[in-house]
Amino acid sequence: MPTVRIPTPLRKFTQGKEEVSIAGANVRELLANLEVAYPGIKERICDDAGAVRRFVNVFVADEDIRFLENLDTAVRDGDEVSIVPAIAGGR
Amino acid sequence: MPSFQDLLATVKSRIREISVEETKARVLDAPGGPVLVDVRERDEYEQGYIPRAQWIPRGFLELKIEEAVPEREREVILYCAGGTRSALAAAALHELGYQRVSSMAGGFRAWKNAGYAFDRPRALSPEQVKRYSRHIMLPEVGEAGQAKLLDAKVLFLGAGGLGSPSSLYLAAAGVGTIGIVDDDVVDESNLQRQVLHNIERLGMPKVESARKTLQLLNPDVQVHAHRTRLSSENVMEILAGYDLVIDGADNFPTRYLLNDAALKLRKPVIHASIFRFEGQITTFLPDSGPCYRCLYPDPPPPGMAPSCQEAGVLGVLPGLVGTMQANEAVKVILGVGETLSGRLLVFDALGTKFRTLKLRKDPGCRVCSKHPSEIELIDYEAFCSI
Repeated sequence: MPTVRIPTPLRKFTQGKEEVSIAGANVRELLANLEVAYPGIKERICDDAGAVRRFVNVFVADEDIRFLENLDTAVRDGDEVSIVPAIAGGR
Repeated sequence: MPSFQDLLATVKSRIREISVEETKARVLDAPGGPVLVDVRERDEYEQGYIPRAQWIPRGFLELKIEEAVPEREREVILYCAGGTRSALAAAALHELGYQRVSSMAGGFRAWKNAGYAFDRPRALSPEQVKRYSRHIMLPEVGEAGQAKLLDAKVLFLGAGGLGSPSSLYLAAAGVGTIGIVDDDVVDESNLQRQVLHNIERLGMPKVESARKTLQLLNPDVQVHAHRTRLSSENVMEILAGYDLVIDGADNFPTRYLLNDAALKLRKPVIHASIFRFEGQITTFLPDSGPCYRCLYPDPPPPGMAPSCQEAGVLGVLPGLVGTMQANEAVKVILGVGETLSGRLLVFDALGTKFRTLKLRKDPGCRVCSKHPSEIELIDYEAFCSI
């Protein structure tokens, strides 16, 4: 199964886990299954229409899915999927 | 016993000489060509040198050439004042195994007589030569690089967690002009990570405390305190006085405003942000690579940003991340190495894990795809965020 890296601000949904294994053939399936396993998390990543929010990026391996096939980007076993939201802290 | 003239004649018959015209064409007009080495003494070098030349005085040539030119097959052109010392130096490099060495006939005098351009190094004081000696020893920095650092003007957004280590290291490195924007005062809860300040500075404006600390560390540094918050009203005027910005702001409105204003003014931004145990770092260059909005087109609405109650940050995290910002800034100033432009470095302090993700310039980016004059600055409503 692919591994999903959970960013610090969303770890409250995964009981603090920084990495979870989630099934899915593409990013869309993977995010749907992530919501089933950890309810509430998807709303923080996707908007009401299901698109990835504009202050969040999803990377498969080290590539941004916006420059691949977006939510249809294929995910293979062993791939690392990173969710990277904008954070503003500096102090 | 041979005379000096005999020796010189023998050496010149063995080595290759190259004209100033050919040197100019091969070294200045075609990048990636031969390495040009100035073998004269300090006082001669200070009067002027050929652009792109590395300076290794004759007496240090054999000691330092392997560091400056590790590949024995790389072509090297040596010059001195008139072409004699460089001929002897070429013979010495042959003996060290350098196969393609030539001496520039007529030396720097012939270069000047041909009317070709030359640069003058910024003369470092004896105190500066001592203070920055560990930099000057590095071929990637040298005296010319140190002069670039001394001439550099860097603006820090925030004298807090990220601004503390980045400004301390850049002041130590000899960045000559440092500006700091911050409207806050020093509070006890800052001292767990904001190493610019100390208990004697409680209640003092952070910009003032930062100025004191940085000037005690390095009197070469001029510190300009901007005790204000960036807005569309003042951002252009403040940024205009600097070459590069270190973004250590603590809120989204300032970060987006900075991105857009820096693109208008064509200034590089070294970006970093931190949250609890996690940091993100990248470099935004105005003429290549993505900008902050290519990465995150719009700021999150208030309800979607992590709330203030969730705040908290491991004290050493900004130390690590801010120091990496300083490293990026030094490379941009010196023009050496490879920056994080086009790469987002994500650091997880709990797992001590670094991940590098690829960033791309968005051809449809509604800010960096525009002509700088058409970029309009936006003051997003400030909201509680971290």
